Amino acid sequence: MTSLRLFFDPLAPAGLWLGGAFFLLLLLLPYWGGSYVMTVATTVFYLALIGQSWNLMLGFAGLLSIGHALFVGIGAYTAAYLFAAIGLPPIVGVLPAVGLAVLMGLLIGYLGFRFAIGGVYFALLTIAFAEFVRVMIDHASWLGATEGFFLKVTEADRHSVDLVNLRGTPEMYYYLIMALALGALVLCRYLLHSRLGYYWQAIRDDAEAADALGVDVLRYKMYAVAISAGMAGVAGVFYAFYQNSLFPEIVFNIERSIEATLGSIVGGVGTLFGPIFGTFILTPLGEIVTEAIDLLKHWQVIDPETRLDGLKLLIWGFIVVLIVLFKPRGLWPWVCGRLRLIRTEAES
Amino acid sequence: MASLLKVAQVSKSFRGLRALNDVSLDVAERGIAALIGPNGAGKTTLFNVIAGVFPPDAGSVRLDDADITGRRPNSICHSGIGRTFQICRPFSQMTVLQNVTVAALRGSATVEAARTAARACLEMLELDARATQHAANLTLPDRKRLEVARALATGPRLLLLDEVMAGLRPSETDRMVATLRQLRDETGLTILLIEHVMRAVMALSENITVLHHGEKISEGPPETIVRDPAVLECYLGDQDP
Repeated sequence: MTSLRLFFDPLAPAGLWLGGAFFLLLLLLPYWGGSYVMTVATTVFYLALIGQSWNLMLGFAGLLSIGHALFVGIGAYTAAYLFAAIGLPPIVGVLPAVGLAVLMGLLIGYLGFRFAIGGVYFALLTIAFAEFVRVMIDHASWLGATEGFFLKVTEADRHSVDLVNLRGTPEMYYYLIMALALGALVLCRYLLHSRLGYYWQAIRDDAEAADALGVDVLRYKMYAVAISAGMAGVAGVFYAFYQNSLFPEIVFNIERSIEATLGSIVGGVGTLFGPIFGTFILTPLGEIVTEAIDLLKHWQVIDPETRLDGLKLLIWGFIVVLIVLFKPRGLWPWVCGRLRLIRTEAES
Repeated sequence: MASLLKVAQVSKSFRGLRALNDVSLDVAERGIAALIGPNGAGKTTLFNVIAGVFPPDAGSVRLDDADITGRRPNSICHSGIGRTFQICRPFSQMTVLQNVTVAALRGSATVEAARTAARACLEMLELDARATQHAANLTLPDRKRLEVARALATGPRLLLLDEVMAGLRPSETDRMVATLRQLRDETGLTILLIEHVMRAVMALSENITVLHHGEKISEGPPETIVRDPAVLECYLGDQDP
């Protein structure tokens, strides 16, 4: 209950009403949105979950990861393999999946922090490990190698609601990922106001000063990587059973890792709601661009043969440049201030 | 009175440069001692050795007879030494209260208790009006106060203050002097300070150690130090024509 109180406490009346209305809209989405809107919304919450996990590392503890796809991928492959090989339902399989992701996080963290590899070099280390694991799975025939790893889905599965085996309707997946993303938000909020959160922010702002104040810097950095990797691992389990197909080229692609950072950068690194807010802007925007191109092709405004696959990324890149130039703290703090969504004294 | 801090024959070199050479120093329990000397004398290096930023090449540091030589900074903090930095190092994206709460968490079971303890420290340093401001927006005197408040909030037995009065106006210096003396009297704290502001050094300290080129050249109560020819020489040059 404490975390729930913490969660609602800082909201100003405007924030409570707007947030409530938005939440209700999303809660009723299966009743007003079509299957396409559902798919987009599911992707948004999925990316928001990963974004929050990434934001925990950089925004809270000051640790830059550009290999977050690694933790997602490990979670995905572990749960999927255990399900296919020994029939372990994902509701149990999530434990070893998260465990492995956490272990991988701890390994990278230990190597990085023990040998004082900081800043951008630590980020390179995360990329290196993501690539390393990708190449390994490329050659692991028991994980399908480059051919991909598939989970069987029967027609009956698509109409059931089986949370134990993560088999069910699109609505089930939607509500599940929504609950996970909102759960992550509550968790982040709780952590940020706990001893961990205070220590993380201190380490982020000045590790040497934190050290002098009795903070065991190495240990708390390790906690940050572990919790972040675990959250990403949960997202991976969802991904595996939502997609039912895993390809190393797709799962561990650096594009996935960069995708994980964009929502937070646009929404506001280090803020609680920024990653979700940013994802809600970027993902639908990307979809609108794709749709608009298709429409223009359909109307023969542009030659249907033209390939514009990269345009979405180009536009996202342009938006990130604009954000960094004009609203470097992200859109969420700005919107909050403009609409008075959050009580100012809640900052303390 | 018994010594709380005993620094014995500490030496430290950086790439062949002798920053500290066989320096010994005792600070009495509940005392206020000062470390003075020209720029580059090795004062901050000695602080860093005591606070565990780097281990000495030779010699030992003892706090209340426990050997703390070569321990890591966070461990030194847990053993009861709080320090400030000469160049203020606030957690700039956190508020003033959050800054001090980080420090107060060391001795508190819960965040709530730490916040209460932090508020008390802010009041002592007259920073309570700034509690919700971001540390990045503080003026220099307030940053210095924040440094002291943070070090204090770790609940130390010994406080190491590195030039907390540099850059303050005389009236602000007097306020800080009064605060520090009050702290010692009320909480039984022991203070070792590096200071260039002689007004503060003379007003506060019961014992002064003078460093020059990494060596201790004089030691004693303020009255003796200001008349010591060796001290005058290192500050003002040779007096004789």
